[in-house]
Amino acid sequence: MVVRAMFRDLFSSLDLAKRLFIRDIKAEYRQSLLGILWAFLTPLATAFTWIFLSASGAVNIAGTDIPYPLFVFIGTLVWSIFADSVNTPLQQTTSAKALISKINFPKEAILMASCYKLLFNSGIKIAIIAVVSIGFGYYSILGLCGFLLTLVLIMAFGYSLGLLLTPMGMLYKDIGRMIPVALPFLMFLAPVVYPGARIAALQNFIELNPMTPLINSSRDLLTGGSFYNPTYMWIIVGVTLLIGFVGWLIYRVSIPIVVERM
Amino acid sequence: MTEETLIKVEHVSKKFCKDLKKGLLYGFQDLGKTVFGLSSNSGLREKEFWAVDDISFEVKRGECLGLLGHNGAGKSTLLKVLTGLISPDKGRIEMRGRVNALIELTAGFNPILTGRENIYNNGAVLGLSDKEIKAKFDEIVAFSELEEFIDTPVQYYSSGMKVRLGFSVAVHTDPDVLILDEVLAVGDAGFRAKSFNKMKEIMKSAAVIFVSHAMPQVARTCDQVLFMRHGKSYYQGDNVNEGISLYFDEFKNEEGTIELDTGANINNVKINDQEVANKSDFVTVSYGGDLSIDLDIHIKDNSVKDYYMQIQIIDKDLKIVAVYFSNLENPSFQGIERSKLRFLFSNIQLVDGEYGVSFLVFKGDGGNSSTKNGTLCIYRNYCKFKVKGLNTSLYAPIHLRGAIFQNDSQL
Repeated sequence: MVVRAMFRDLFSSLDLAKRLFIRDIKAEYRQSLLGILWAFLTPLATAFTWIFLSASGAVNIAGTDIPYPLFVFIGTLVWSIFADSVNTPLQQTTSAKALISKINFPKEAILMASCYKLLFNSGIKIAIIAVVSIGFGYYSILGLCGFLLTLVLIMAFGYSLGLLLTPMGMLYKDIGRMIPVALPFLMFLAPVVYPGARIAALQNFIELNPMTPLINSSRDLLTGGSFYNPTYMWIIVGVTLLIGFVGWLIYRVSIPIVVERM
Repeated sequence: MTEETLIKVEHVSKKFCKDLKKGLLYGFQDLGKTVFGLSSNSGLREKEFWAVDDISFEVKRGECLGLLGHNGAGKSTLLKVLTGLISPDKGRIEMRGRVNALIELTAGFNPILTGRENIYNNGAVLGLSDKEIKAKFDEIVAFSELEEFIDTPVQYYSSGMKVRLGFSVAVHTDPDVLILDEVLAVGDAGFRAKSFNKMKEIMKSAAVIFVSHAMPQVARTCDQVLFMRHGKSYYQGDNVNEGISLYFDEFKNEEGTIELDTGANINNVKINDQEVANKSDFVTVSYGGDLSIDLDIHIKDNSVKDYYMQIQIIDKDLKIVAVYFSNLENPSFQGIERSKLRFLFSNIQLVDGEYGVSFLVFKGDGGNSSTKNGTLCIYRNYCKFKVKGLNTSLYAPIHLRGAIFQNDSQL
């Protein structure tokens, strides 16, 4: 019953979601000279920071199978896709506050529009990653497919986490503040800018971090390797489906309660 | 017109929390309870109150319900419950067909995008498909009269223009149920009249709930009124005039003020020979009867050779419903220091209600000047009287009396 209503609303909201997405993208880039270039500039800047730190010798990271600039480049970009995925649901729901408190429409439209936006932004980053790694001489269709598959999982995992936090985040601003604090911290507990820790205890911790297999798989697949810790990956798939669905369910029932308090 | 009931509201209640922190906490608790399918307790928690308390009504197609009440009476909360934005704590709501609420017209607008783009966006949010919007686009633009600026970003629009655009989109959605929250109070006079007519047109085929503080509009549109007080239904019925006068009774009477008394003083005002010194006690005048006003006037300025008076009759909305110039058909009063004045008006055609009277005294100056420096005194809304005897369900301040003829013979 409830599930049927959820999917009915989801499909009926596709038109509106498309509109909202186009509206946001147009509005975002219209008042800017560089326009869509910003979507490329931001992730490139992060990656170059790390390449510079490494080249200058300020941080000395060894033991990567692939050239370090490529390693850190893929790592940071994939991480930023994940961070985006976590942020998106809360961000987009918050910016639609005026709309959801005044007009009744299927709230799935906001979720779908935010998914489109996430895919759009991630798509640009993925294209950059692909181009750069081909430039470094790594190219395999199969690897690229595996890489894309992993990224879909990363986005879905991040989005589901974000979705689960959204109702709380709409009530209390703390959640919105916590995410940007927690994410960079978590980044250093995953092999984003370094391949592994020398201290065994820390390394164990890194192995437990769900982002470790995700980041490593995406990078390895693109550069000729294979899936990293497939068992853990399957667990993440299951967890993603579960929290994604639960998050969606909670989101639906929470909106009226949130609207009351806006 | 079909007698189809489109809106059915049964014993709807909604509680609200006055305290922000507590409210958020309750929200969190409610969230948990809803997720786990537990019924939330129906009683009030600390700092909560019933914003909407046991409201029931029905609206059929072609009917219009006017929702009255002072600010904070729970009207907007009720509307939010009706539109499904928030869910009621008690009771149930049944709506049929396309529901469209004009609560905030410009909610879906993005300021950077052009009027054209915003029409598409707003239409989509209100539930129109791209095809429907395309088909109606020209009509929408024509109604808004914004052809010239349709490709201009909405942020360059004036607030009136934005509302025009929002209203134009909203009224072209062909709703079955239309909910209007004070949206007609916007725009210039021309657009107001136009949107009012458009609404009347929609009302023919829709069930409408109309919230407004503009009583003439309520009087013209509504078939029934629901007057809310502290969340409860205080008056409900199809005597619109009764509802409107109750609404006005709600407000504390604007105390009479003496704006100016440098040139003259007025004392001992009597209406129909009764003292009106006691402001809580009203002199009752009957519809069709006489109204006499007696007063003592003291002209302080002895250079005044002659003077005249203006008497204004003000309704509860502080609108001047009638005015009398003593010098229009009569000679001026002579500039004697102290006089007793008497005014006699016969055949009062004011409808039942409370009225205030303002007295203004002007220097004669040949009898036709009303310049500011000729003003001797202004006693604004100084005394009040009540009219009784004509009870109609139509709200209009003046009900004319007249003779009628059929085939040249008077009836």
